[in-house]
Amino acid sequence: MSKEKKGVRLEHISKIYKDPKTGKDFYAVKDANIEIEPGSFVTLLGPSGCGKTTTLRMIAGFESPDEGEIYLGNEPINALTPNKRDTAMVFQSYALLPHYNIFDNVAYGLKLRKMDKETIRKKVTDILGLVGLEGMENRMTNQLSGGQQQRVALARALVIEPGVLLFDEPLSNLDAKLRVSMRTEIRRIQQEAGITAIYVTHDQSEAMAISDKVIIMKGGLVEQISTPQEAYYYPNNKFVADFIGEANFLKAIVKSQDIVEINGEEVKCSTGSLGNGAECSIVLRPEGATLGDNGSIMGEVEYSCFMGAYQDYHIKIGDELVKIQEYNPKNKKIYGVGDKVYLNFEENTLYAL
Amino acid sequence: MAKSQSASLDRKKLMADPIMVSTIILLVVFLTVFILYPLAILLVDSFVSESGLTLDTFKRVMGLSNFRRAITNTLKVGFLVGIASALIGLLFAYVEVYVKLRTKFMEGLFKVVSMLPVVSPPFVLSLSMIMLFGKAGIITRFILHIYDNSVYGFWGIAIVQTLTFFPVCYMMLKGLLKNIDPSLEEAARDMGASRFKVFMTVTFPLILPGLGNAFLVTFIESIADFANPMIIGGSYDTLATTIYLQITGAYDKQGAAAMAVVLLAITLVMFIIQKYYLEAKSTATLSGKASRERMLITDKSVTIPLTILCSALAIFVIIMYICVPFGAMFKTWGYDFHLTFKWFGQVFTKYKGLKAFKDSFILSFISAPITALLSMIISYLVVKRKFKAKGFIEAVSMLAMAVPGTVLGIGYIRGFSGGIFGTGILQGLYGTGAILVIVFIVRSLPTGTRSGISALRQIDKSIEESAYDMGADSFKVFMTVTLPLIKDSFLSGFVTSFVRSITAISAIILLVTPSYLLITVQINEFAEKGSYGIACAFASILILITYSAVLVMNLVIKHFGTSRQVKTTD
Repeated sequence: MSKEKKGVRLEHISKIYKDPKTGKDFYAVKDANIEIEPGSFVTLLGPSGCGKTTTLRMIAGFESPDEGEIYLGNEPINALTPNKRDTAMVFQSYALLPHYNIFDNVAYGLKLRKMDKETIRKKVTDILGLVGLEGMENRMTNQLSGGQQQRVALARALVIEPGVLLFDEPLSNLDAKLRVSMRTEIRRIQQEAGITAIYVTHDQSEAMAISDKVIIMKGGLVEQISTPQEAYYYPNNKFVADFIGEANFLKAIVKSQDIVEINGEEVKCSTGSLGNGAECSIVLRPEGATLGDNGSIMGEVEYSCFMGAYQDYHIKIGDELVKIQEYNPKNKKIYGVGDKVYLNFEENTLYAL
Repeated sequence: MAKSQSASLDRKKLMADPIMVSTIILLVVFLTVFILYPLAILLVDSFVSESGLTLDTFKRVMGLSNFRRAITNTLKVGFLVGIASALIGLLFAYVEVYVKLRTKFMEGLFKVVSMLPVVSPPFVLSLSMIMLFGKAGIITRFILHIYDNSVYGFWGIAIVQTLTFFPVCYMMLKGLLKNIDPSLEEAARDMGASRFKVFMTVTFPLILPGLGNAFLVTFIESIADFANPMIIGGSYDTLATTIYLQITGAYDKQGAAAMAVVLLAITLVMFIIQKYYLEAKSTATLSGKASRERMLITDKSVTIPLTILCSALAIFVIIMYICVPFGAMFKTWGYDFHLTFKWFGQVFTKYKGLKAFKDSFILSFISAPITALLSMIISYLVVKRKFKAKGFIEAVSMLAMAVPGTVLGIGYIRGFSGGIFGTGILQGLYGTGAILVIVFIVRSLPTGTRSGISALRQIDKSIEESAYDMGADSFKVFMTVTLPLIKDSFLSGFVTSFVRSITAISAIILLVTPSYLLITVQINEFAEKGSYGIACAFASILILITYSAVLVMNLVIKHFGTSRQVKTTD
């Protein structure tokens, strides 16, 4: 649908703000280098205050970067105002124009582009069909539910066929169930429209569900750019490991290539570029180990709780506490508090940092 | 760390928007020339003589005993009026928010009281005060049989100003009281405090900054007031009237300028305390939204005395207003109570009333839309945009609120009678209708801007951003999004500015030339001469005009306003 898919490139982008309390300058975003492929769905992910929204607003043109240059396709766009940029944004608060009905909201951008009435009518009708709002043209915005309003916002952004679609936490005002169905919807529409999308969220499961790539940020710095799988299995650092999914960190020493010692026991684990004798942290996902009466590493159950899909354990190994989730507990032996258990690691689940 | 790149990029983005840039430049020029420059020229006038910088002019005016007396008079009146208005305002606000009003009649009374300051010309109460309590006053002479009562002077001014200004305090305090979370007071009640104790230990401390705010706002209004002291002050001169006499009677322009600087200094200090200290504090303590509806007081031992007190005051004020049209319908007030229309007739036959109404109406009607649009533009720029001159635009348009009309009038005389800095530039403006329109605009701009700013703050920033993002430039965003969303504020700004202009007198009386007849100036003149019949006839017609303007506005807002749109589609 888009005339031309556009990529986005951020080169050494920084944004400096003044802290209103101390009056000191600080980097809201520091030296971000990001390359976004045309047609891909990329998520800026991180806790609040990490600079993800600032980055998005710099791409949209609402904020100006203090260092670096932003390219849309091959065109540098730093000095362009938002209305001259080939981007369209879907806002957290929907930002529909309350004095217009649905049709006029969606047609707003087209009218500014001076299209004739017939074309506008056709485009608006088509796009409302795509987002599942056919026949709602004459409703006012406050007659719609939150989910419907966000569809209108999406339709309004799509209809002007922007090179890049920007999403600023578009689902955070919706309830949990609707969030899940809307994110699948957004992904479907993006694929159908074949448009480049940049999506800001603090919800890692949302990011994993819809993205081709995630850009994980913290304190203004880009921590990792990769596919969701890579971020989960091969995190760059403890922050990423902890932010994407749940993680245990076990102290270990590298014995030899792909062998580490945890609590006196040798275990297979990919060690990457770490040298022999190096101290490291092993990332263990809660579902990455099973419990048994014998195995490699021994521990004591400190907490055991039935959660339905899994049995939740806290296991004390030496002086460290490890969280383990055993799925399908019905078919497994349940351990109680104080029991001695052994951890067995599944193939390829440990990763040394 | 250097923020230079974003600053230069922001500048480039701004420059890409010529309409926005020219609007900002025009605004800065307008505010500088018509607000800052006239005040600056007063400073120059009073500090600079042929021999250079000097305090001689100040020494000279401070040596005038009538000026020294005027300062103490003004402060005394301002202080009393401020306190009285704040307290009466609090009483009304408290009764409306906390006490169960049983009858529609009471609700009506409260509504009328809150609307009076909007529609009434400033000096109407002085007229009726004289007619009710003066030598020939109905109450003093015919009911109480006092034949030599004088309403002129300190008490006259103080009472009239209090009755004029307390509704403003009432509206301010009502807003604050409504924001108090009822559970705070319920918690205190629950712990065993009596109602009075709750008021003294919870409610009162919470609104104390707001009460201080109301006091200062009234204080500023009182010392800036020209019309009431003029009519009812008698020999009790205040700063505003003394300055007026200094220039119209003694032709001492330099002295008047120095006096104006003194008056300005007082109002400015008060304004700065009010604006930057109390206003922030009064809203900060009450930022919480009320969690649910308040249980109204139904206890008769509380409701009966409070409602009686409020109704008595309200009815008294209303009687004073009603007195004005009656004053125009008797042959000779106080002596001959035969009904007559001769005063109304004379307004049009003998005293060129038609021209006066036409002039006032046309000038106000020209200035109203300009003021309304200008204040919406300023609010939009201040609330929604970032640019360098923003602080200047906001500060100067608010500063105009602290400038008494008399001071502005003197500033315009000194600043424009010989052109800017005596160069002859813009001299053509002096003595024309245009300068009157500009004065009207400057005088109403702060109120309009304030209402525009608070209306715009309610609107999520991203709504305009989304339009901007869709491809609209600033002008388009303003016309298709901002303005439609604050239509109500624009309309009320339009009418408020119209009403303020048509009832304005303090600055105008110094600048008007014989080619323009203005109603307020006429009323002042006839009241001065003691021709109350004519003055009342003029005033009655004026009230009729302002009242209809407000009615029309309410109708328009009801039928085309944004609030209705939202309601019907809910």
